[in-house]
Amino acid sequence: MAVNRMFRTCPMTGLRVHQPAEALIKANAVAAVVSLLVGGVLALLVTLTRWPAVHLLPADWYYLVLTAHGINMLIFWIIFFEIAVLYFASSTLLGCRLAAPRLAWFAFLLMVLGALINNYAVFRGDSSVMFTSYAPMGAHPTFYLGLIVFAVGALIACFVFFGTLIVGKEERTYIGSVPLVTFGAITAAIIAVFTIASGAIILIPTFLWSVGLVDHIDSLMYRTVWWAFGHSSQQINVSAHVAIWYAIAAILFGAKPMSEKVSRFAFLMYILFLQIAAAHHLLVDPGLTSNWKILNTSYALYLAVVASMVHGLTVPGSIEVAQRAKGYTKGLFEWLRKAPWGNPVFSGMFMSLLGFGFLGGISGVILGTEQLNIIMHNTIYVPGHFHATVVLGTTLAFMAVTYFVIPAIFRREVSFPKMAQWQPYVFTLGMTMVCLFMMGAGTLGVPRRHWDITFAGNPLGFEFPGMAFLMMGLMGIGGVLAVVGGAMYLLVTVHSVFLGKKIQTPGFAQVRVVEGAAPAPAQPVSAALQAHGGVGAWSAPGTFALAMVFLTAFVLYYFINWNYLSTVWPLR
Amino acid sequence: MPEATRNVTSQVSDELEEGIPVMQHILDNPFILLFLGVVVPTVLYVIWGVMEIIGIPIAK
Ligand code: HEM
Ligand SMILES: [Cu+2]
Repeated sequence: MAVNRMFRTCPMTGLRVHQPAEALIKANAVAAVVSLLVGGVLALLVTLTRWPAVHLLPADWYYLVLTAHGINMLIFWIIFFEIAVLYFASSTLLGCRLAAPRLAWFAFLLMVLGALINNYAVFRGDSSVMFTSYAPMGAHPTFYLGLIVFAVGALIACFVFFGTLIVGKEERTYIGSVPLVTFGAITAAIIAVFTIASGAIILIPTFLWSVGLVDHIDSLMYRTVWWAFGHSSQQINVSAHVAIWYAIAAILFGAKPMSEKVSRFAFLMYILFLQIAAAHHLLVDPGLTSNWKILNTSYALYLAVVASMVHGLTVPGSIEVAQRAKGYTKGLFEWLRKAPWGNPVFSGMFMSLLGFGFLGGISGVILGTEQLNIIMHNTIYVPGHFHATVVLGTTLAFMAVTYFVIPAIFRREVSFPKMAQWQPYVFTLGMTMVCLFMMGAGTLGVPRRHWDITFAGNPLGFEFPGMAFLMMGLMGIGGVLAVVGGAMYLLVTVHSVFLGKKIQTPGFAQVRVVEGAAPAPAQPVSAALQAHGGVGAWSAPGTFALAMVFLTAFVLYYFINWNYLSTVWPLR
Repeated sequence: MPEATRNVTSQVSDELEEGIPVMQHILDNPFILLFLGVVVPTVLYVIWGVMEIIGIPIAK
C-alpha cells in the first residue's frame, strides 16, 4: 500500500500539514461540534428544568435529558475534539506523516457509531441512568455497547498518535525532544490509555450483565473501577487544554515557557499522579479505608495540584515576559491590558485559564478534601465545580483554539467576526454564573440530579431556604446566557467551515515530501510552536501578583469551609 | 537537497545524543512514560482499592 506523503506548507503558520492528517483533524472536529450542538440543546432543557420558576420538563424527561447532556458533552464533544488535538500535536507539530491513516478513519467510524448507538439507547427512554450509570441501576445493553464501541475507537486513535510519534522519530522530521505542546498531548494520550482500559474493565462485564450473561455486579466495585475511567477522562481534558494554553501563548505572542524543564516536569507529575485523584468520588463510600482515600485524593502529596499551579503560572508568566519584551512595561498590568482582548483566541484562552484556576481549581481541592467533601457531597456544588473545570476550562479553551483552527486547518475566514469577538465573553459570563450559583445553592444543600427541590406532594418533604431558590433561579439565567454563548460559537464555526470565505493562496500546492527531510520552520507561528527552551526569565511581577491573589483566595476559602464544617457538626 | 538535509540533521541529532541528562531521556521516551502512567494509578488506585473491597467480610 502506497504511503501518502502529500504535504502542504501552511501559508499562515508555516506548519507542514500532512494531507490525511488534515482530513482526519477536520472530521473529528466536525463530529465534536455536532456533539456540542446536541449537548447544548439538552443543556438548555436541563437548565430550564432546574430553574424553579420554569421547571420545564416532567421528571422522566429530566433524567433522560440529563443523561444525554452529560454523555454528549463530557464524552463525545470533548473526546472527538481531543483526538483532533492529538493528530495536530503529533503529525502537524512534528511535521511528519500520520501513521496509519486508514486505521485512524476506522477509529473515527467506530467512535461515530458508538456515539450513535449510545444516544439511541438513551433516547429509547429506558437508559436514564445518568452519566455515571451506577450498577445495580441497569440500562439497555446498547447503552454500554455504544460506550464500548466509542472507547475502542478512541483507543485506536491514541495508538495512531503513538505510532505517529514513532514515524516522526524514525523519519527524523524533528530533532531532539518533541515540542512542549506535543509533550502535553502525550500526557493526555497516556492518561487516555489508562482511562479507556479502566472503562473496558468495568463496562464490558456490565454489558454482559445487561444481557444476562453475568449475574451480579458489585456496586462498590463498579463505582471504584468506573471512576478510574470517569475521573481520569477529566484529566485527559486538563492535559489537553493546558497544552492548548501553551500553544496559544506561542501562536499569539511567540511566548516561550518560563522554563521548559519545569513545565515538562509538571506534565510528568500529571502522568504519574493526576489519575489517582479519582478516589475523591468515593470519599463517603464505606468499605474503602481512609488510607486509600487520603493517599489517592492527595494526588500524591498534592504534587499534581502543584503541577497545575505551575502551568497556571507559567502560561500567563510567559505571555507577560513576551509582552514586556515588546515594550508593554508600565506598571504591573500594562502587558495584560494591552493584550489582544478583541481576539477570541486570546480572550477565550485567558478566561479559560482564570476560570479553571479560580473557580474549578479551588472548588476541586475543597471537594477533594475528605473532611470537607461531606458538606457538599452530591449537592449541586459538584456540577458547579465541574462546569468550572470542563466547561470554563476545557470547553472554552477548545472554543478559543477553534478560531485558530478555522483559518489554519479549514482554510476559511472566520465568519461573523464581531460575533466571534463577543462569543467568549457571553459564554464566560453565563457559565461563571452557572458555576457560582450552583456552588452557592449546593452549599445550602440543594442536591444535584434532583427534579423537584420543593418536594411537592411528598409526605417527608424538606424546605430549602428562599436563598436556595433564588440561587437556582440565577443559575437558570446564567445557563440561558451560556447557551446563547454556545449557540454563537456553533453559528460562527458551522458557518465558517461550510459557507465561509475560502482563503486563497496564489501558487499554493500540495507537495510530496521525501522521507527524512526536516522541515525548516519558516514562519513565526511554527517556529514558536516547535521551539525549545524557556526564556529563563522569572521577571513577571504581574503574574506574581495574580498568583498571590489566587493563593489568598484559596487559603481564605479553604478555612471558611473548615469553619463551616465545624458548624455543621458542632462539638458540644 | 533532501539528501543533504537528512545528513545534516542526523549528524546534529547524533551529536545531541551525547550529554543528554537521564531525566531528559526518560521524558523523551513516550513508552516509558506510558508504562509509568499506567502502572502508578493501576497499583495505587485500582489494585489497592479492589483488594480492600475484596477484603470486606461478607455478611452471614
Ligand atoms: C451552555 C452550557 C451548559 C449549561 C447551561 C449546562 C447546565 C447543566 C445543568 C443545569 C446540569 C444539571 C445539574 C443537575 O441537575 O444535577 C448539568 C449537568 C451536567 N453537565 Fe452541563 N451545562 C452546560 C455545558 C456542559 C458542558 C460543555 C459539559 C461537558 C464538557 C457539561 C457536562 C455536564 C455533566 C457531565 C453533567 C452531569 C450529568 C449527570 O449528573 O449525570 N455541561 N449541566
Ligand atoms: Cu474527579
